[in-house]
Amino acid sequence: MSYIPIADQTDEMHDPHTFIAKYVWSQDHKVIAIQYGTVAVAVGLVALVLSALMRLQLGFPDSFAFIDPAEYYQYVTMHGMIMVVYLLTALFLGGFGNYLIPLQIGARDMVFPFLNMLSFWFYLVSVIILMASFFIPGGPTGAGWTLYPPQAITAGTPGADGGIMLMLASLAVFIIAFTMGGLNYVTTVLQARTHGMTLMRMPLSVWGIFVATILGLFAFPALFVSAVMMTFDNMLGTSFFMPAMVSLGETLDHTGGGPVLFQHLFWFFGHPEVYIVALPAFGLVSDVLSCHARKNIFGYRMMVWAIVAIGGLSFIVWAHHMYVSGMNPYFGFFFAFTTLIIAVPTAIKVYNWVLTLWEGNIRLTVPMLFACGFIFTFVHGGLTGIFLGNVTVDLPLSDTYFVIAHFHMVMGVSPVMVLFAALYHWFPKMSGKMFNVTLGKIHFWATFFGTYAIYLPMHYLGFLGVPRRYYSMGTTDFIPESANTLNANITMAAIWVAVFQLVFIFNMIWSVWRGKKSDPNPWEATTLEWQTPDNPPCHGNWGAELPTVYRWAYEYSVPGVVDDFVPQNIPAKDVKTVDGSPYIGHED
Amino acid sequence: MSGESLSVSGQTNTVVADWAADKQAFHVPWGKLMMWIFLISDTFIFSCFLVGYMNVRRTTTDPWPYPSEVFALELFGQNIPLILIAIMTFILITSSGTMALAVRYAHFRDKQKIFWLMVVTAAFGASFVGMQAFEWTKLIGEGVRPWGNPFGAPQFGSIFFMVTGFHGLHVSCGVIYLLAIAFKVKKGDYDKKNDYSIVEITGLYWHFVDLVWVFIFAFFYLW
Repeated sequence: MSYIPIADQTDEMHDPHTFIAKYVWSQDHKVIAIQYGTVAVAVGLVALVLSALMRLQLGFPDSFAFIDPAEYYQYVTMHGMIMVVYLLTALFLGGFGNYLIPLQIGARDMVFPFLNMLSFWFYLVSVIILMASFFIPGGPTGAGWTLYPPQAITAGTPGADGGIMLMLASLAVFIIAFTMGGLNYVTTVLQARTHGMTLMRMPLSVWGIFVATILGLFAFPALFVSAVMMTFDNMLGTSFFMPAMVSLGETLDHTGGGPVLFQHLFWFFGHPEVYIVALPAFGLVSDVLSCHARKNIFGYRMMVWAIVAIGGLSFIVWAHHMYVSGMNPYFGFFFAFTTLIIAVPTAIKVYNWVLTLWEGNIRLTVPMLFACGFIFTFVHGGLTGIFLGNVTVDLPLSDTYFVIAHFHMVMGVSPVMVLFAALYHWFPKMSGKMFNVTLGKIHFWATFFGTYAIYLPMHYLGFLGVPRRYYSMGTTDFIPESANTLNANITMAAIWVAVFQLVFIFNMIWSVWRGKKSDPNPWEATTLEWQTPDNPPCHGNWGAELPTVYRWAYEYSVPGVVDDFVPQNIPAKDVKTVDGSPYIGHED
Repeated sequence: MSGESLSVSGQTNTVVADWAADKQAFHVPWGKLMMWIFLISDTFIFSCFLVGYMNVRRTTTDPWPYPSEVFALELFGQNIPLILIAIMTFILITSSGTMALAVRYAHFRDKQKIFWLMVVTAAFGASFVGMQAFEWTKLIGEGVRPWGNPFGAPQFGSIFFMVTGFHGLHVSCGVIYLLAIAFKVKKGDYDKKNDYSIVEITGLYWHFVDLVWVFIFAFFYLW
């Protein structure tokens, strides 16, 4: 059977006409992206408030009567899970994946829009299930975001009856939602590119999202399986993860299960999850840096292969989260080795970002500020990762604030920096309006310095041996009084950062409503989404004809060309040169 | 062998050309590719289940029940080990054969034959699920529960019901999927674009479910 590529098929666009078909049950990838993004930011604000409450307890122990130990653990757990899964994963892949993939590869939509729509609604259901756990007796689970059994489902842990069940159910629904979206993203990238758009001409944003989605499709199954098994342990009394044990003076009915099995399954998901969040961030920040530095991305091919290599390696490092769980020492050796190898492609990426900036014609716009901020925080968090990847160094640092500082720098603050960079960068395209630049700059500097004020001191607390997961430190010999002062300072910084996020929310809402109309291509970018006939792009994206791509996405500041950027879809003969000679581009 | 003229290097060049091309990386309908990717993802789910099974079988402190006794069936006054599962496996493999024939007739656009072959495939699948229900009933009657059983390690029942249940769910979904597509074929829904690739896509899913069964069969009944 002969098969016609999607780009060559004749179009049958059915424009939605009713309000509900356009904005509620919409199958348009752009509307779905904005739906995903709005829900993710909303649920992220809940997690932000939880972190502030947590910090209040840590900074000023015994001052807030309404935070008891159980609630503190619930805040910790929900903060972690929401931030990692329901905010970062959903916003990068469901939000930016949905918005950018079809626009940047020159497609009219995802290949299976109906499934894409279902993906969002399943995601919404998973968020509702998760939020419902705040309102049931016993509250949400307080098992820590890793949900380790036996304690996650044993009486005495907050939310051991209801909260953990809702958490597991919500995760299972989220995974179904992600799978439906993810199948679309991968297939669309592979099969629905426009004329001239080869894989090696795709913007790095698409590469990052593409590889991250593949990681998600292979990693989330492990979480799904462990969620199913733990649900059965709790509801049916099976003993997959539950050993024979005595709890609160009673012998439990369980026998012979393996808690470490859960840890392996969880981290087989959990480590790739770090890169599910990081790889889209790597991709998006590459495009933002290149565009605002008016310079091609340094080493495009190496950047692509580094993304692919990091994605592959991320599947064989998971047990570095389990050095203290009790493992064969040779396993520790293996996992330390693979972990440190990841530093190689990651360092290639960092060098290439810095070299992209070198001698660039840098425009310090708001997205550029956040992108540069990302380089700082990411290098910082990456370097502490080298400490924690080594077994012998990890053992004393394990379960201290050093770990908290490390992973918040590397996969908390850094991806969030990119999220802000990307949100500011693509906001004019998504809304057709320009945001307020002054407010954006205030937001950046407050956030950037604020996060350093939070996490730099935490490294020091970790070296002192201050343990994580403690509701209150009390008085000990090894923790000096000054550590408490430091904790109070960290809390003040955390609240400062949290408050300044309201500036961002206000800026976005106010700009959509009252912002001045944006130019279709305000950043003078080369990629296809800025070349759409309408701004913001309408249903079908491209009007009558799909664009044709003639070159890669990084044709900035080409010598001898009048404009300092050459969009991907302009034929070489239409490019104006200073002396009228024919334009010879990167690939022509 | 004689019909294949592409040398290994020729095939490699084709692969490189496909991946370096614009528009698409594979010369297949997107639905087929999407099904393949879904199946790889689903493979990870079943692999995790099976790895979990191997792990609990090693960690549990009680002896593991002896499969050829637990899964024996009394027929004509004799205890025959694994007889039911042999029949179930045979039926499921046969259903893969009828599905493959349906795909063949999809190439010829023979709607009658596609319809009936898919209905027969679905019937085989339904009878498989029926026999699985019978097997579950028998085991439950003998006292096997997810949380314990009279034969040995409690994990035996837990993992058996979970994994065969999850596979049975896949077969049941497959039966519904097959019937839905069969009736759409009969109605002529795919004549508009003359695109019958959906039959092959359904077949991919069905063969995958069969293949998974082979692994479950080996790990649960023969180990």
